[in-house]
Amino acid sequence: MWAYWQSVPAHWRELPARYRLEGGKCRDCGHTTLPDEMVCPVCGSKNIERINLPRRGKVVNYSVIWNAPRGYEYYTPYVVALIELEDGTRIFSQLTDVHPDEVREGMEVEMVLRKTRVSGESGLIAYSYKFRPVMD
Amino acid sequence: MRADRKVGIVGWGVYVPKWRIKSEELARGWGRDWNRYAAGIMVEEKSVPGIDEDTFTIAYEASVNALKRARLDASLLRAVYVGTESKPYAVKTTATMLIDALGAGGNGRLTTGADYEFACKAGTEAMQSVIGLVGSGMIEYGLAVGADTAQGAPGDALEYTAAAGGAAYIIGPAERSVAIIEASLSHVTDTPDFWRRQHERYPAHTRAFTGEPAYFKHIVTAARELMSLMGTGPEDYDYAVFHQPNGKYPLRVGTRLGFTPDKLKPGLITPYIGNTYSGSALVGLAAVLDQAKPGQRILVVSFGSGAGSDAFHIEVGDGIEEVQGLAPKTLDYVSRKEYVDYTTYARYRRMIRMLHDFSAY
Amino acid sequence: MVYIVGAGLTKVGNHWNRSLRHLAAEAALSAMEDASVEEVDYVVVANALSGVINGQENLASYVTTHLGMTGTPAVKVEAAGASGGAALLMARSLISGRMADRVMVVGVEKMTDYTALEDSTAALSTFIDSEYEAFPGGTLDSIHALMMRAYMRKYDVPREEFSHLPVLMHENASTTPHAQLRFKLKPKSYEASPVIAEPIKMLDLAPLSDGAAAVVLSREAGREFSVEIVGSGQATDTISAYRREDLTQLPSVRAAFKRALSESPDFKPDFYAIHDYSSVMGYVEAEELGLAGRGEAAQFFSSEEARRNGSSPVNPEGGLKARGNPIGATGVYQAAEAFLQLTGRAEGWQVPGARSALLLSVGGLGANSVVHLVRGV
Repeated sequence: MWAYWQSVPAHWRELPARYRLEGGKCRDCGHTTLPDEMVCPVCGSKNIERINLPRRGKVVNYSVIWNAPRGYEYYTPYVVALIELEDGTRIFSQLTDVHPDEVREGMEVEMVLRKTRVSGESGLIAYSYKFRPVMD
Repeated sequence: MRADRKVGIVGWGVYVPKWRIKSEELARGWGRDWNRYAAGIMVEEKSVPGIDEDTFTIAYEASVNALKRARLDASLLRAVYVGTESKPYAVKTTATMLIDALGAGGNGRLTTGADYEFACKAGTEAMQSVIGLVGSGMIEYGLAVGADTAQGAPGDALEYTAAAGGAAYIIGPAERSVAIIEASLSHVTDTPDFWRRQHERYPAHTRAFTGEPAYFKHIVTAARELMSLMGTGPEDYDYAVFHQPNGKYPLRVGTRLGFTPDKLKPGLITPYIGNTYSGSALVGLAAVLDQAKPGQRILVVSFGSGAGSDAFHIEVGDGIEEVQGLAPKTLDYVSRKEYVDYTTYARYRRMIRMLHDFSAY
Repeated sequence: MVYIVGAGLTKVGNHWNRSLRHLAAEAALSAMEDASVEEVDYVVVANALSGVINGQENLASYVTTHLGMTGTPAVKVEAAGASGGAALLMARSLISGRMADRVMVVGVEKMTDYTALEDSTAALSTFIDSEYEAFPGGTLDSIHALMMRAYMRKYDVPREEFSHLPVLMHENASTTPHAQLRFKLKPKSYEASPVIAEPIKMLDLAPLSDGAAAVVLSREAGREFSVEIVGSGQATDTISAYRREDLTQLPSVRAAFKRALSESPDFKPDFYAIHDYSSVMGYVEAEELGLAGRGEAAQFFSSEEARRNGSSPVNPEGGLKARGNPIGATGVYQAAEAFLQLTGRAEGWQVPGARSALLLSVGGLGANSVVHLVRGV
């Protein structure tokens, strides 16, 4: 297996985004991203602040993965989706607690924390945000 | 045990995975007739953790719900203890992950954190520790969680009950609480009724020996001692919640202690979701708090194999009704369900091993 | 001026008994022979996945070693699926920037050393954002699937309408000697093919192939055959699909095309080599290049126009879909194939009377696009 895949620091340094949806907001144009960027992709400003992004949003587009990469085969079929958070931030996430045929564009979803990539029986369990259909 | 400074429950929250398997289906998986076991177990279905769920993810959602009810910023938490017997890592504290995911202790992460293990009473053990810290004035707010993805060996009687779920409690000073914890008391002996050796996947148990000398003896002792300390009797409580390894034991122990079934039923959740081990009594307590009224009294007695019991005398305070609706209730999670068959259950519980299974566990 | 003066290529497919070095050497040596040259000043290697799949980086030196060209300056160029087009652009600029007079571009990819689909899927996932797309479980194919769903929704195109590109590509490849999938495809088999990343099916996607192609670039026209590169352009887009404004467009293709065209404003290609990693990406590319109106690529690919003897032939050799897709080498295949076409040597797959071609090489979902305009001399 590829060493990059099991890198502990590579996951650890992303924890603010993966655990808490900490992203960036441009102080000049208001554009928000996950993860935060050093340069605003919209206006080019370097004046970026860290913010907690909203934990709810809706599915904009999605795909059902049957042919998974190594390390994700146990989860197939699973759904990955483009999600627009309540403040308009677009992120890419796996969906959970949902059957592929239940997913719809426009579906309201909320963030949960789940196991995402597990490095075998002895390695790191990498947890991160996933989204599920809202409970209420 | 009574704290110098009055403490209570500031917020509570539960989480139960959405997947269920019917006991009938579990029996079918082993070619058995569920009708022969139904009366002895009294659990019709149990919760099953999803393929990407474990004690940490359960503890996280329960804690988020507790914070919502507490109307408290996670940064103010100064203690995070997780009681469980299904730690994601044998060595690496679940609390560390929970602290970071919640942002407990503020940006400096100035908080204590640890995992507790005492079979099914690790959650109440965690709660006692936080009570001590708040009660002594060392901290203002702390979080105690009891959560498990319980193990029961395939084909074993425990497979009918070993479930997944958990509850989280934010403990703080009485003036910020919606329920006051007046006293707590524990009773512990060396009674080897159930254990899991290092590196084993499934626990071993002693069948009938888990009953009288273990479950009943410890719960009854702790409950009676606490009531004696408080000068109360069963008639002084509106609800009694006991550890619920199945649907039958808590009713029997409650009756033996003199509680009427109407005081036991609101906190009896195992028949619908199974035994969430470290979460069991605490999920039951959450269900009671979800509907409790100011002035009501609750007796909670957990039980952990090995063995011991923690008993709590709780008085519901003003303001509880304001926070009950701030997060999903226990019964919301209980009724949010979808059934899986034995094959899916086996896959979700990772009882099936794949070739080159790199995503194992 | 920069000319292509020689080309060589291996059959595309599963080369179980041949390594990166065998494939690269076969293509490179045959390009040198075709160009009638003994040596070059520079070697530019195009490859995307040798590190991930073959455990081999320092690939430029690896290739020159096995070509018996030790001492010759060399570099590997990587831009995912656009590696080949990018390598050609770099090679051209080495000559126009007077760093070299003659440059060998050799594209090579060895995909089949990963025999499990999970592993090659993981390797291809390195083309998307590793931390925020691949980590949550996204795959390159699933990103193409997002484009397909967006396209289907925006233009109300049913999925069976995507069969026209694969069907045409298979038809073209059936007479191309070096193609991987030399059989015709029925729309029925397209519909029956398994889902990879819904709504993408297996037959929407190019196969995973081994292969190598090489061209010799020179400041001087060739002794026998010459094709001039009259325009080159490149542009990038966000690597992350989730940051795109509109998934039914490929602005990098548009920008690269415009930049290439600015060198030769009157250029009219006699055929097009596009990067059809998926049916939908082929459709959107055709629309960006002006071959079809927005949302109308299905009609274009089902019409006579797109065929080898039509007015705007696309991928006369069969494209990524059926000639095969040796990822990093594919852009070099396009150049080598255009060289054969424009010198009238594409026997069995010749576009009649072709004098000019547009080559489009794309990495990821249009994260990096390169366009070359080539003309027979």
